[in-house]
Amino acid sequence: MDIRLDGIGHAYDDFEVMRDISLDISSGQIVCIVGPSGCGKSTLLRFIGGLERPKQGRVLQLGEPPAGCLNPLTYIFQDFALLPWRSVSGNISLVLEDHGIKGAAADKIIADVLARTKLTDFAKALPKQLSGGMKQRVAIARALAVNPAVMLMDEPLSALDSQTRELLMDDLVELWTRQPFSAVYVTHNLAEAVRLGHRVVVLSRRPGQIREVVDIDKPLAAREFGDADLEKTQKYLWQLMRDEARAADAELLHG
Amino acid sequence: MDDTGKSVAFRGGGFAPKSPRWVGVVVFVALVLFVEWGTRAGWISSLSLPRPSDVFETFRLLYDSGLLIKHLGPSLSRLTVGAIIGASVGISVGILIGLFSYVRSGLVPLVAAIFPIPKIALLPLFVIWFGIGEGSKYALIAFGTFTPTVVATYGAVDNVDRTLIRMGQSFGLSWWSIVRKIVLPCAMPGILSGLRISLAIAIILLVAAEMLGAEYGIGAYILEAGSLYDLERLFAGVVILSLLGVLVSAVIGMAERRLLGWRT
Ligand SMILES: Nc1ncnc2c1ncn2[C@@H]1O[C@H](COP(=O)(O)OP(=O)(O)OP(=O)(O)O)[C@@H](O)[C@H]1O
Ligand SMILES: [Mg+2]
Repeated sequence: MDIRLDGIGHAYDDFEVMRDISLDISSGQIVCIVGPSGCGKSTLLRFIGGLERPKQGRVLQLGEPPAGCLNPLTYIFQDFALLPWRSVSGNISLVLEDHGIKGAAADKIIADVLARTKLTDFAKALPKQLSGGMKQRVAIARALAVNPAVMLMDEPLSALDSQTRELLMDDLVELWTRQPFSAVYVTHNLAEAVRLGHRVVVLSRRPGQIREVVDIDKPLAAREFGDADLEKTQKYLWQLMRDEARAADAELLHG
Repeated sequence: MDDTGKSVAFRGGGFAPKSPRWVGVVVFVALVLFVEWGTRAGWISSLSLPRPSDVFETFRLLYDSGLLIKHLGPSLSRLTVGAIIGASVGISVGILIGLFSYVRSGLVPLVAAIFPIPKIALLPLFVIWFGIGEGSKYALIAFGTFTPTVVATYGAVDNVDRTLIRMGQSFGLSWWSIVRKIVLPCAMPGILSGLRISLAIAIILLVAAEMLGAEYGIGAYILEAGSLYDLERLFAGVVILSLLGVLVSAVIGMAERRLLGWRT
């Protein structure tokens, strides 16, 4: 299943947030979206997942989601969004219950996704007992449980410290290598973008428009922390963004 | 460097009250002993305060004669029925106000209008509507618990974490599932602390309700003692009410520990 953004534009009242964004997200690909603060990345992601409607343009779903897919467009949130009163496995069963999956069938799925995110030993723990990195792994496990066609991630690693971030990036690469998934990955962090993205979409400052699309051909599994060619791409991306970011920053200051 | 420096003054204490159980008991016992001492020594006249040991004796007599059960039974059933009706309707209406714009704009002013009415003033009205029997008593208690419960509940629903609701929607949960599995548990701390207030009000109204046309009940007992200026019996009745209050508060404390153990 592919996703096509067709001329998306949006304004809150008279406040134009983005303009004419067209983009294809093909299956099995991770598309990273970077851009200065306030350029509409989170808003765009809400459009893709159907949590909000754009004023102009359409979000199209091309083809049918694969069989066994319970929730084709699934989010992973920056602040994890776990229910604090449910255990790790309870948080995962939450999203299965509504699809009528209970009992042994649910246990099987839960055990599988917990094993894939290395959380098997923490099935009964409450979120407050977990570190930030583990909470985000629970959120990833929950997303995997509904077998999504496209994962929508809004700065999923931004609330974590840099070591945890590195580890989780490795986990994501490993998950993808074992079973490729498509994803739209919004981030501020260019290092994350070049590490995880097959394509990196650079947005301009508000109103957000596509400034450039950079393809990175190196396979995910072959990318490593501090790769020279990735550094080069990252530097290039930063050059694209720097002026936009500076201008956006000044705009915010002058309100 | 001079190694005879003085240690940094500690200034991080306080603002984190714990509640060691025995302190409450000690305060209570000390107060009773103090009054006992005063009345025995004579510097508290027996006209202004009854002697605690006499009150206790009255209480024992009440228990032995079987009258305690006779008074307590109807009171407890009125309290239970009235409070359950009031709290459950209050929680439901509060949730509806928290979730639907039209219900909100229609009912919030209404609730604000009936909140400050002393419900006791409406007792005659309830008697006309529901009769002098149990009906008017249930209605008064239910009505009195309803308003604070509504206000606490919709405030709690307003404070539910929007990102959790977004999460529920993004996973395609049904409306009913989101209300049941996300909104309600999130609002539970606020609802329970509202119930603490509502149930105390229910006890107050219980006495008021029983002052009109009740043969048995704590309220009737207190009213009778009051009109005879029988301070021992008056205080025995008041002690029962206080115990009822402590009991209700303990039950809610238990519910909080069970339902809200997930909070840090
Ligand atoms: N519901 C809303 N009502 C009005 N304005 C909004 C709303 N949501 C977002 N905006 C505005 O739209 C712009 C884009 O917001 P958005 O959150 O999508 O930016 P972003 O690129 O995700 O920013 P950041 O990098 O800081 O997360 C911002 O200027 C924001 O103030
Ligand atoms: Mg954002």
